[in-house]
Amino acid sequence: MTRKILVLSILFSAFLLFNTNSSFAAGSEEDKTSFIMHHVKDSHEWHFATFGHTHVTLPLPVIVYSSDRGLEFFSSTDFQNHDTHAFGKEYAHEGYYIDEHDHLGRVDGASFIELSITKNVVMMFIVMFVLAYVALSAANHYKKNGAVAPKGAAALIEPIVIFVRDEIAEKSIGPKYKKFVPYLITLFLFIWFGNLLGLLPGAANLTGNIAVTMTLAVLTFIITNVNGNKDYWKHVFATPGVPIPMLLIIVPVEIIGLFTKPFALMVRLFVAITAGHVVILGFIALAFIFESYAIGVVSTVMVTFINIIELLVATIQAYVFTLFTAMYIGGAVAEHAHDEHH
Amino acid sequence: MDLITPGSGLIFWQLIGFLGLLFILIKFAWKPMLAALEERESTIENALKQAEIARNEMANLKAENEKLLAEARLERDNILKKAQEASNKMIEEAKTEAQKQGAQLIENAKAVIETEKKAALTEVKNQVAALTLEVTEKLLKKNLADDASQKALVDEFVKDLKLN
Repeated sequence: MTRKILVLSILFSAFLLFNTNSSFAAGSEEDKTSFIMHHVKDSHEWHFATFGHTHVTLPLPVIVYSSDRGLEFFSSTDFQNHDTHAFGKEYAHEGYYIDEHDHLGRVDGASFIELSITKNVVMMFIVMFVLAYVALSAANHYKKNGAVAPKGAAALIEPIVIFVRDEIAEKSIGPKYKKFVPYLITLFLFIWFGNLLGLLPGAANLTGNIAVTMTLAVLTFIITNVNGNKDYWKHVFATPGVPIPMLLIIVPVEIIGLFTKPFALMVRLFVAITAGHVVILGFIALAFIFESYAIGVVSTVMVTFINIIELLVATIQAYVFTLFTAMYIGGAVAEHAHDEHH
Repeated sequence: MDLITPGSGLIFWQLIGFLGLLFILIKFAWKPMLAALEERESTIENALKQAEIARNEMANLKAENEKLLAEARLERDNILKKAQEASNKMIEEAKTEAQKQGAQLIENAKAVIETEKKAALTEVKNQVAALTLEVTEKLLKKNLADDASQKALVDEFVKDLKLN
């Protein structure tokens, strides 16, 4: 198993090197590392590989809504130089442009909302498709065979479902855990699959994108506070055991606390996954910065090890996000008669 | 697209996509799966409970069987003991009876022999008496054939009378 992972990692690393080497034509060191940020950020096109001057990219739809012009659809190729595939303000199309930092702008500066299907959106749909396929095949097993021992996809999903139900939901939420189990399982699997698929070469850094982690954190925030019971709100607005004057300080702190929890969730996942990608790509960039084969060999070995660690991080981060979500929900629904104050 | 600025498009699609995924998976995957899991868990629990009950019953049955067996063994021993006693008693009785009967038989035989002996003796005595009489008669007939002898005998008797 370890050997397989090693072999795969080396292959992936080689693929990544191959993938990105065109970015390292002679240039400043900044140019040689720019692909790192390019990779971890979202993009309006999906760039796979460059052979000489041929760019293998998947053009993606650019969707814009503005109050004055309504909903508009473009292709990412509309905003590119046809030869170099470079974005730039000079390639504006129908009043919009995508600048060198892959940022959509409007020529006249008026406000608009961007709803483009970016690289990460496509990645998200791929993750969701894979997850839905695996989960539905697993569920199909029970539909077909009844409540028997798991096989196939069910054998993969069932231990996770049981783990999330028994170890995360039941332990952290308490007696009312059942209602939240489906959300927690979906959350865990979406983050886990996103983390793992994001490690594939050429894949998008989905779970290391702050918009994605923010959306998930906001969902957790909504679920937590919608289900908050009397005790929970009393704890926030009239913390038991605290003298009235102290409440002037405590209540704002508690209210800030409501928001710091999802904020921490958002930042933790984003940082952990993005940092992993940056480290892997950084090791790859070393070979080009030093322009040395020896460094290339060393960095490939390092990339392999980091990749293995990233597999672990992928699981840990999915677990941590789910566990904290469960704990926050648990805090909101717990019925406790306590005297201690926090 | 900046690293720490969330893109509006991605938020929008993520929200729609994730809620859609949540809906589909809850409805078609997690609910049937969790239900199946619970069903299986309860089935296993019931099976275990039933096995426990069956095991207890088995143990009870075994204990009962052993008790019955022990009782039966005791009974058998008792019966055997009684039979032994009965047979011993019967043998003893038969022996005593036989001894008694033997003694009786011997007694009877002795009595018969005695009686027979007496009868034989009487017979012999009678025979002797008869023979004696016959002999005496014959002697008398011969000795008293003449008068002189008769006279001599009478004389003798008279002599004896005188003496008395």
